[in-house]
Amino acid sequence: MTWHFSSDAPIYSQLVSRFKEAIASSELAPGERLRSVRELAVDAGVNPNTMQRALSELEREGLMYSQRTSGRFVTEDENVIAQLKQALARNIITEFLNSILPLGYTVEAVISMLKENSKNGHT
Amino acid sequence: MAILECKSLSKNYGRVTALNDLNLSIEPGRIVGLLGPNGSGKTTLIKLANGLLVPSSGEILIDGEKPGAYTKSIISYLPERIAIPLWASIPQLISYYSDFYKDFDAQAAENMLSNLNIDMKMRVKEMSKGTREKVQLVLVMSRKAKLYLLDEPIGGVDPATRDYILSTIIGNYNPEASVIISTHLISDVESVLDEVVFINGGQLVLKSSVDDIRENNGKSVDALFREVFKC
Repeated sequence: MTWHFSSDAPIYSQLVSRFKEAIASSELAPGERLRSVRELAVDAGVNPNTMQRALSELEREGLMYSQRTSGRFVTEDENVIAQLKQALARNIITEFLNSILPLGYTVEAVISMLKENSKNGHT
Repeated sequence: MAILECKSLSKNYGRVTALNDLNLSIEPGRIVGLLGPNGSGKTTLIKLANGLLVPSSGEILIDGEKPGAYTKSIISYLPERIAIPLWASIPQLISYYSDFYKDFDAQAAENMLSNLNIDMKMRVKEMSKGTREKVQLVLVMSRKAKLYLLDEPIGGVDPATRDYILSTIIGNYNPEASVIISTHLISDVESVLDEVVFINGGQLVLKSSVDDIRENNGKSVDALFREVFKC
């Protein structure tokens, strides 16, 4: 996983978002075992307590679970992952509309532009 | 119990007040950034914790005890200057540290030096300033101490080495131990810190977790520092 942090938001919430993105896009597969907190912290270049806090939050939201002896895993629950994808998609769309509508386009015009764009092979 | 506690701690150098009635407590298991402008008292605080200076009034306790033989055995200290002998070779330094400190892990030191591509045959006097700093930091981090006091540990080294050093700090330190890092390079260290302590004029200005600062101010610790200590 690659990590980039912006300077204005709490680091733990940026870690949570990054893990959600990875789970939604199957970069972290359902049921995949995560490395230890320490290893993940070193990898991301963050404080281990901050990493722990992010992972606990993801567990609380049902996206990961711990097994006492064998470690921490990504959820295998397809419904939870589908809901996560939808929530992320809604966020992306809201963000996109918030940027494009002030330019004076209507939603209909934006939709036809999107269709045009995907027809031309842009993804 | 706090690993480091200052109670009404003051230190004067003649007429100059370096620390003024400072109250501060650092818990075990934390990585703490000690931040402040030049002359704010950071190095004085670290030297008091080491027993290199004696308080003018008030007290400083390390793991509940005044600085002395016990506290020196649990503190690993990186001074702001190079303090390893120039004539020494790396194997000599390693055996030196093994003799002095029961908690020194020679194998860990050798691994870190090889990861940093440092030639084991070099003598300190043949090394560049940055390499000397790396060697000294490796020696300090190879102890299994309860409290690491790092005075400007990354100032003289290149950014890639800085990253390696910070990941060494996260990866190697014992979870029961605390690390206090004094530095001006806030944006480089802020993501590895639990907490930051701002001091100025020898007094505590702010003690907060990094994420609380970001959450409450909507800006990084670095940006907040620039604002609080604007010249």
